[in-house]
Amino acid sequence: MNAASASREAGEVGDAAGAAVRARMTGFLKTLRDNHFAVGLDEARDALVLAEAGYGRRASALRPALRALLCARPADWQRFEALFDAHWLGRGVRAATMIAGQPQKAPAGVNRVAGKPGAQGAPDGLPDHVERGGDTEAAGEGEATRGGASRAEVLETTDLRHVADPDAIAEVNALVERLARRMRYRLTRRERLRRKGRRIDLRATIRHSVGRGGEPIDLMRRKRRETPLRIVALLDVSASMSQYSAFFLRFLHGILDHVREADAFLFHTRLVHVSPVLREKDPQKALDRLSLVARGFSGGTKIGESIATFNRQHAARVVHGRTAVIIMSDGYDTGDAEGLAEALASLRKRTRRIVWLNPMAGWDDYAPLAAGMQAALPYLDLFAPAHNLESLAELEPYLARI
Amino acid sequence: MTLDKAEIATRLAGAGYVADSELGTALVLMDLLKRPLLLEGEAGVGKTEVAKALSAVHEAPLIRLQCYEGLDASSALYEWNYQRQLLAIKTHERDGLAAEAVEAQIFSEDYLLERPLLAAIRSKTPSVLLIDEIDRADEEFEAFLLEILSDWQVSVPELGTIKAVTIPRVILTSNGTRELSDALRRRCLYHYVDYPDEARETRILQARLPDIDTSLAIEIARMVAMIRKEDLSKVPGVAETVDWAAALVGLGVKHLADQPEVIHETLLCLLKTRSDQASMTREVTDRLLGKVA
Repeated sequence: MNAASASREAGEVGDAAGAAVRARMTGFLKTLRDNHFAVGLDEARDALVLAEAGYGRRASALRPALRALLCARPADWQRFEALFDAHWLGRGVRAATMIAGQPQKAPAGVNRVAGKPGAQGAPDGLPDHVERGGDTEAAGEGEATRGGASRAEVLETTDLRHVADPDAIAEVNALVERLARRMRYRLTRRERLRRKGRRIDLRATIRHSVGRGGEPIDLMRRKRRETPLRIVALLDVSASMSQYSAFFLRFLHGILDHVREADAFLFHTRLVHVSPVLREKDPQKALDRLSLVARGFSGGTKIGESIATFNRQHAARVVHGRTAVIIMSDGYDTGDAEGLAEALASLRKRTRRIVWLNPMAGWDDYAPLAAGMQAALPYLDLFAPAHNLESLAELEPYLARI
Repeated sequence: MTLDKAEIATRLAGAGYVADSELGTALVLMDLLKRPLLLEGEAGVGKTEVAKALSAVHEAPLIRLQCYEGLDASSALYEWNYQRQLLAIKTHERDGLAAEAVEAQIFSEDYLLERPLLAAIRSKTPSVLLIDEIDRADEEFEAFLLEILSDWQVSVPELGTIKAVTIPRVILTSNGTRELSDALRRRCLYHYVDYPDEARETRILQARLPDIDTSLAIEIARMVAMIRKEDLSKVPGVAETVDWAAALVGLGVKHLADQPEVIHETLLCLLKTRSDQASMTREVTDRLLGKVA
């Protein structure tokens, strides 16, 4: 892979340009590695092969080629274009196209970068690290106070209403994620056939031995089945809950990300299934899409009707014997309380546990006086406060036992 | 035989597959760098079709390995034909052959049952090997696959090492049921298959249904693009679009806006769950139709 072969293969591109492209390529690979792309030596070699095969002459040819080679997952796929433009459209490609004899309009902002060899070309002020909105990484960079244990401790007992600054929100995100990670699936007593099982499955072994003339040559094994605990969360996003709903949304987001089987619904005067929207990896984007999905946010509440809708349309699909239904609401209902009681009674017949999280229950002098709350209480397995992260964390051992 | 990008694009079109240009590049790179191609994307965007089209492009046989939970090396690679071996032993009992001779015979290639992976590397002409839904197989199988994909050889304990006669073009597809290992991802070229945009979907319709009106194809593509933006639990794929278009052509529809009730009733070609059908009410259909026209 010397300079001579580069110039031979790339045709018009001279030695100097070949070397320039190689140097740019090395820098680009480093940028990608810094952005958590899995780029190893093999990829580096193949990237140079591509550059020498003539892909290095035009950005429009190089971009899809490198994208196919260097990306490994959907997240990479989406970020690649921004990283590529930031790095290549600043300097490297301009040099190459000029030598190839096709003068092109220089990309905007070129002169800003041209003089500084150390700086990565960033014509539009695009940083090399493409920041994902709402990430802890992005939020922590300003001041070096990445939350230590003590800071997290403080947050855990802060009422969620009072958490407002972006750093703190990022920390809340991280805490919720960690919490949801702990609610993993449990083992059941049922067993199923697995190749690396603990015990020998006699029935399957004998059945399998028929093909070997009755000799049990292959031993079939079985192992306890892991059944994921399924969590179905119903979040009240009416006006009275508006101060909390953003945080509960993050909680839902964490659950959907880390609990293998989970479903999320929002309700106010009607019920909306939001799992697909929330599964969007980027929390900021998810919130954007949510605002489109859930019109009627912060309006009135019809808890009973919403739960009845859930029973009618979704319960058969999403609720099974090992499901915990978590309702997050303050219990202020504009519908009638009887309807709520009926809906909860029928939901109770289907599910393992109904947990009601009420942010107001954490207040010092709270008593469940709201008519809706009164009607719901007899049907709940757990009625718990959820005004801060500590109270959410206390749920974990409870959910683990289901 | 290395084809350049334009040639591949023409041949893909000839095979009835309308590719975007990035996919064309990826397919060229497969040959240039000798790497497998990993395709990811939602269900129904035509990942498997890529492999079929590629086999048509290179006029190579398509060998397909459908992955499932519990898939093991023997059903993917090779198996001994036990019944035949037993029969052979029985017949040789009378000949009085030495045990070694019998053993040498029954563990020869005649008694080997080829499974997809072995068939792919022993094929006389380079084949296209489609490893479908790799994310459904266990992690151990993935590791095993990695070994074959990097060395192109297989060791059969009774026979020794079998080297690849030809190196197949490998396409892996994944739906994202399980996170794949970094090692496998790094080994592969990567392409994220997205739902086609309106222009591409129009061309797909024209390629699949030669007798469709251009204006109808455009309208259908636009309508489907809008339906995909609705809040659905199962977003219709390309195959569904083609089905729907075929249905509309069969019913003699010329313009979508002319017969809204037919459109609404035939939406069952696109919407495959009850909740989706419930959420696409007549009003929603009419609103979307208004935008199409």
